[in-house]
Amino acid sequence: MADSNTRISKTVKENDVVLFMKGTPLFPQCGFSSRAIAILDHCGVAYESVDVLQDMEIRQGIKAYSDWPTIPQLYVKGEFVGGSDIMMEMFEAGELQQMMNEQGVAKAES
Amino acid sequence: MPMSGSDIEATILAALPGAEVELKDLAGDNDHWAATVTAEQFAGKTRVQQHKMVYAAFGPKMGNELHALQVTTLVPN
Repeated sequence: MADSNTRISKTVKENDVVLFMKGTPLFPQCGFSSRAIAILDHCGVAYESVDVLQDMEIRQGIKAYSDWPTIPQLYVKGEFVGGSDIMMEMFEAGELQQMMNEQGVAKAES
Repeated sequence: MPMSGSDIEATILAALPGAEVELKDLAGDNDHWAATVTAEQFAGKTRVQQHKMVYAAFGPKMGNELHALQVTTLVPN
């Protein structure tokens, strides 16, 4: 457990935007993860994704890490932002794009 | 064993008395739900805190008996 915590903490600190998801951006394995990817693509930011289905330790550990029971989970600059519902609410309100701008995260290469 | 709509509503109401719960069966399979929860208890809380309050109602059922729950939280006007 401690080990997965260390790995998660390292990942979210080394990357501006990280999405823990089921599957990959090209092949999401869950509707919620797919929605989260679509939102990040719309925001036009560069992000790192972690497929929790490939790593049982991370899959369990990420739930404890932010005391959040579901996947996907979005982290920006090391801070937990929310799951796909919160991402959608924030995106529709323009808050997600604003937060990415304010945090100065890198744009996606087009 | 998936949770029924009435179970979900009762579980949320037990944790957030007086809340208004609107449920939608997203896929028509009694297994993928969307809940809009309006509660006084959300006032002054961040979105993450509000959603955690809803998840907390389900405890370990979240992600097990309750496969998928899309959550929207609102504070009453």
